[in-house]
Amino acid sequence: MVEPVAEMLSPERLALANQFLKLFVFVLAGFVGFLVITRVPPLLHTPLMSATNAISAISIVGALVAAGRGHNPVSTILGFIAVICATINVVGGFIITDRMLRMFKGDGGKK
Amino acid sequence: MIEATEVSLGREALTLVTYLAASVLFILGLKGLTKAETARKGMQHAAIGMLLAIVGTLMKQEIISYSWIAIGLVIGTVIGWPLGTRVPMTAMPQRIAISHMFGALAATLVGVAEYYTHMRDGIEISRPIMAALGFEVLFGSLTVTGSFMAFGKLQEILPGRPITYKGQNTVNIGVFILTLLMFGYLIVNPGAQVVFYAMIAIAFIIGVSLVLPIGGGDMPVVISLLNSYAGLAASATGFAIDNSLLIIAGALDGASGFILSIIMSKAMNRSFGNVIFGAFGAAPESAGELVTGEMKEISVEDAALQLAYAQKVIVVPGYGLAVAQAQQIVRELADQVERRGGEVKYAIHPVAGRMPGHMNVLLAEANIPYEKLLDMEEINHEFSSTDVAVVIGANDVVNPAARSDKASPIYGMPILDVDKARSVFVLKRGKGKGFAGIENALFFDDKTRMLYGDAKSTLSRLVNEMKTV
Repeated sequence: MVEPVAEMLSPERLALANQFLKLFVFVLAGFVGFLVITRVPPLLHTPLMSATNAISAISIVGALVAAGRGHNPVSTILGFIAVICATINVVGGFIITDRMLRMFKGDGGKK
Repeated sequence: MIEATEVSLGREALTLVTYLAASVLFILGLKGLTKAETARKGMQHAAIGMLLAIVGTLMKQEIISYSWIAIGLVIGTVIGWPLGTRVPMTAMPQRIAISHMFGALAATLVGVAEYYTHMRDGIEISRPIMAALGFEVLFGSLTVTGSFMAFGKLQEILPGRPITYKGQNTVNIGVFILTLLMFGYLIVNPGAQVVFYAMIAIAFIIGVSLVLPIGGGDMPVVISLLNSYAGLAASATGFAIDNSLLIIAGALDGASGFILSIIMSKAMNRSFGNVIFGAFGAAPESAGELVTGEMKEISVEDAALQLAYAQKVIVVPGYGLAVAQAQQIVRELADQVERRGGEVKYAIHPVAGRMPGHMNVLLAEANIPYEKLLDMEEINHEFSSTDVAVVIGANDVVNPAARSDKASPIYGMPILDVDKARSVFVLKRGKGKGFAGIENALFFDDKTRMLYGDAKSTLSRLVNEMKTV
């Protein structure tokens, strides 16, 4: 998708531009995260932590590629272990977050 | 970077669409967490996002073999399932600590696999990519050992007290500078493999020495900090392997951990650096003003009688509640008070327990409606109109020295104004001092009565007694 730009830029400049684009994404996502998460009440801080932990298990995406690209045995093995670790957090993380959130019940409006 | 035919280009686009959808769903999931009513639904959205991203990745052209992936997914599920369904709520801090370890380990391994593969094939790594890989393995590996240490301390495999030695900070700072130098060298010379692997080894050591001097009561800050690091490691992975979804998810996690660390530090009136380098729990230089007088005990019968006629009761839970696993019996006690027309609320200090929000989870588990679980700011003005405040296994968060005694190590820390209640019951294991090793004037107050013993058995005796009143 970056092909047309690539014709105009040297590879180094393209790499730099690309890395900066990612920096933009990082800063903006961090900003969104900051704005949303400051509004999470202390009541839910434990579920928040287990939720963000489950979400950051998204590194499974990198692990799957490392384990499945069949490039070299070291990459496959490291990727394989990474898939296990990330899956533990995906499965365990979302389940335990839901288990916690299920417990938070209101009093149905009565005082 | 991918040699794309028309077909694979379409597939690649589809993968990217799933990533975009996942990013949006993650943010919506966190937004759900801003209210108790929407939280569960929000997280279900996030889980769908995760599933989409995984399916999207499996469609990638690069993946040619699924056997290791399948085995890994199965093993991970087999381990993750009980970690999700079986772990008791009292063990939540260590459960979260160990999951930070898994997350950081995954990120680190992906980074190493990436670096190794490039080096093996003789492909040059550009400096911006090397910077990302460096961050990834640095944050990743120090979080792996740091989280494991935190887990060990919380699970009581390792001694929970701070472990310090002379010159610790000098050594730590020295090692830290050394790592930074190695990192800088790597960015200039990405091909220096020995430096890369040595840096990982040193980062493992940093993780250990970071958590070694930290005591149990400081765990909320450390767990939050490790949460943040694990997120940053995931984000750096995104920079290294060119994946915006990882960057976004990691940034969200990083922001969350960072915010929680700040809230926790503030709640202890201490700076970040002080928590990390202070080894607070060791031996305070000054124990503050000497408290004189004696702690007055009360019998369970008398306490039950007083509670039975109380109009308004505030329960102040601390880590002792989790240790004694007394959350259910607290609710039964509250039921007894409410049965007689009294009102019961719960005052939650931000650093009560071993991780942010831990007390809320425990009390919610005991079916206490969340409207009754109130933050420090919400409830502090209510103590003066409270008949009985029941302090269960909390100490420093109710110590009035934080307000009045400038010499006290906890001076300035915001506390729950329990001493303003008409009378106070303190459930305590023994006569020992709190985590900070400071005498608590509240316990010597004229209106305070002590109930010694295991919180759970004391509470159940109280409940039985109240039933007969």
